[in-house]
Amino acid sequence: MSLLSWGKYPKIKNTVFRFEKEEILKPIIKTYRSIIPYGNGRSYGDSALSDIVIHMRPHDYFINFDEQKGLLHVQSGVLLSEILESFVPRGWFLKITPGTKLITVGGAIASDVHGKNHHVEGCFSECVQEFEIMLADGQVTTCSKESTPELFKATCGGMGLTGIILNAKIYLKKINSQFIDQTTIKTKNLKETFDAFEEYKKSPYSVAWIDCLAKGNNIGRCLLMVGDFRDDGQLDYSHQSNLSVPFDFPSITLNSWCVRSFNWLYYKKVKQRVSKQKVDIDTFFYPLDAIQHWNRIYGKKGFTQYQCILPKESSYEGLKEILEIISDSGKGSFLAVLKLYGKANDNYLSFPMEGYSLALDFKMDKGLFELLDKLDKIVLQYTGRIYLTKDVRVNKETFEQGYPQIETFRQYRKDHNMDKKFQSLQSQRVEI
Amino acid sequence: MSYILIIGARSDIAKATAREYAKHGYDLYLAARNANELEEFANDVMVRSQRVVKTIELDILNYDSHPSFYEQFEESPLGVICAVGYLGEQSKSQTDFNEAKQIINTNYTGVVSLLNNIANDFEKRKSGFIVGISSVAGDRGRKSNYIYGSAKAALTAYLSGLRNRLYASQVHVMTVKPGFVATKMTKDMDLPEKLTAQPREVAEAIYKAQQKNKSILYTKWMWRWIMLIIRNIPEWKFKGMSI
Repeated sequence: MSLLSWGKYPKIKNTVFRFEKEEILKPIIKTYRSIIPYGNGRSYGDSALSDIVIHMRPHDYFINFDEQKGLLHVQSGVLLSEILESFVPRGWFLKITPGTKLITVGGAIASDVHGKNHHVEGCFSECVQEFEIMLADGQVTTCSKESTPELFKATCGGMGLTGIILNAKIYLKKINSQFIDQTTIKTKNLKETFDAFEEYKKSPYSVAWIDCLAKGNNIGRCLLMVGDFRDDGQLDYSHQSNLSVPFDFPSITLNSWCVRSFNWLYYKKVKQRVSKQKVDIDTFFYPLDAIQHWNRIYGKKGFTQYQCILPKESSYEGLKEILEIISDSGKGSFLAVLKLYGKANDNYLSFPMEGYSLALDFKMDKGLFELLDKLDKIVLQYTGRIYLTKDVRVNKETFEQGYPQIETFRQYRKDHNMDKKFQSLQSQRVEI
Repeated sequence: MSYILIIGARSDIAKATAREYAKHGYDLYLAARNANELEEFANDVMVRSQRVVKTIELDILNYDSHPSFYEQFEESPLGVICAVGYLGEQSKSQTDFNEAKQIINTNYTGVVSLLNNIANDFEKRKSGFIVGISSVAGDRGRKSNYIYGSAKAALTAYLSGLRNRLYASQVHVMTVKPGFVATKMTKDMDLPEKLTAQPREVAEAIYKAQQKNKSILYTKWMWRWIMLIIRNIPEWKFKGMSI
C-alpha cells in the first residue's frame, strides 16, 4: 500500500505502518530512518510523504472531556470533524479550525494550522494545552509550552519532524448556535479589498475569495466574507452532503475558459456591495468538504496549492504583482483565498505573520513550476514566506529566507537525533 | 429498552457500528474475547456520545457458556449486531484441519449457538432485531478463500432462514455482506480504492438499512452488482478463473 497526499503529486511507493499500539510503534521508530507521520492525507504536497510512513488515522480514541475547562483529550488520529459531530450539539466548537475539518488533531499541531480567525485567536497551538510525543529514541514525553518550551515551539508547525504526536489536550470554545451571521462585501479591485479587510477587522472571522483571472482594473476583485456565531440556541448539527467526485476528471476539463467563466459567475451572482446571510457551520467554515474527493477534478496528474504570505506594509504592492503575473499566465484556478493575519507566534516554523496571505490551486501542468518560481522571487523580494503544508516544490533558498528561525530548528533536531530519524520528501528537498 | 448488543466488538466494523448507534442515542453492550481490552474503546464511545457502554466477556467458541452469557443482562438488548469474523489463512486451512475448524466454528457454529439463544428470546417477546455480518465471500466459493467463504455462505443461509422464521414475530433479521473494507483484517492486502469501504461507511449503511428493516445489505453498494455478475458466471468458465 502507498499513500498519496491531497495534491496526488508526487506519486511514490512507500512502506506504510498502520498505527496500532505504542508498544508496536516503539521498535519501528528505533529501527528505521526517514520516518514521517501521516494523518488524513490532507496536506497538499510532500510534507507527509517519505520512505517510511506511520499512518496515524487509526489512533482515534477520545479519552476525556473536562466540561469545566472545556478541555478535550483525544488521540492524535481523531479528525476535527469527529470532534464537531460530538461537541457542536453540546455547545462547543474548535477554537481554531482551518478550511477543512477532515484533518487529524496530530496534523493540526504539526502544521500549526490557522483559520478565518487568525487575526484574533492565532494558530492551532494556542488551543493546545499539552500533548504526548514519541521522540527519536522511542521514549514518550509530555510536552507543553510551559514545561518543554523548545520542544513545543519545534513541534507546533514542525511538520512531524520532531516525533510522533500520540495524543493531545485541546481547549474548545463555547458557542450558542450552529449558525453564523455572515456579511458578504463585494469589491471591485485590490485596493477596495484591502480597505474592506481593514474596515471589518474587528469581525472574529474573515476570508476573501478572489477572482485571480480578472484582468486590468479588476485585478484583486473579491467577495469578502466576515461573520460571527449567532446566539439563537440552535445546536442541531446534523450533516452531510454526499456529493462526491467519482473519478479523476480528464485533465482538459479545467481549461482556463471554464475556470474564468466559473469565477465570473461566482462573482456576478452577488449583486449588492454588502449583503447579509445566515449560514451554518459547514457552509461557512468548510465549503469544500461538502464534495468528497474534490481533488479529483484536477485529473490524474494532480495539483498543488501555492500559498504565500507577505508582511502587512508591503502586501499591497507584492500581491498586486503576484496577481498580475497569475492573471497573465492564465493558469490560475478557481477562486483564490486572501486573508488578513494577526501577529506571528514564536514557533520555529509556523507560517503566519502579520500581513496578507494568498492561496490558490494550480493543476499540474507544463510550465507551472517556472511560473511558481517567478512568484517565489516576488515573495522573497517582499520578505514573505511559503506555507510548507501546501508546498511540493519550493527550493531551499526561498524556504530558508522566509523562515528566519530555521537554524534554531535545525540545531534542535540535530541535538536530539531527530534529523536523520524523521524526514519527509519536503524536509529532504529544503534540507530542514 | 435502549441497549444494543454488539458481538465480536473488537473488529473495526463493530467498533464503527458501536459509535454509530451510540451517536443515535443507544446504550451499548460490547461483547468479545478479552473484553478488558475494550475498556479504552468503551470510554471513547462514552466521551463521544455520553451513552452508557458496558463491556462483557464472551468466547464465541465456548458454546456451553452462551445460555448464561445471554441471561446475565439486567436489561435485555433491544437488538443485536453480530460482527464475529475470522478470516484465517486459506493455504493453512487446506492442510491443517484445526485452522479450517477454527474458521468454520468462529464464523458459523459459534454464531449459530449464540444467535439461537437470542432468537428464541426475541421470538418470545415479539420484538427486536438481529443484524448478522456475513460476507460477499459467501456468495460464491473461490480458491483464494473458500473455507472462510463456505462458513460465511452457511451463515448467510442461516440468517435467511432465521429472517423467514422470525418474520411472524415482528423480529427483523438483516444480512450484511461487506465487500472490501479497510480494516485490521485486510491491512496487508492491496485493495482497489474505489471498491473499498471505510469501516465508518459500513457502519452508517448498517444503521440506515437496519432502521428501514432492509433484509440484505451490500457495502459498498456496487458489490451487489459485482456479486450478481460473479454468481452468474457459468461454472465451466468459473472453474478456470482466478478472481
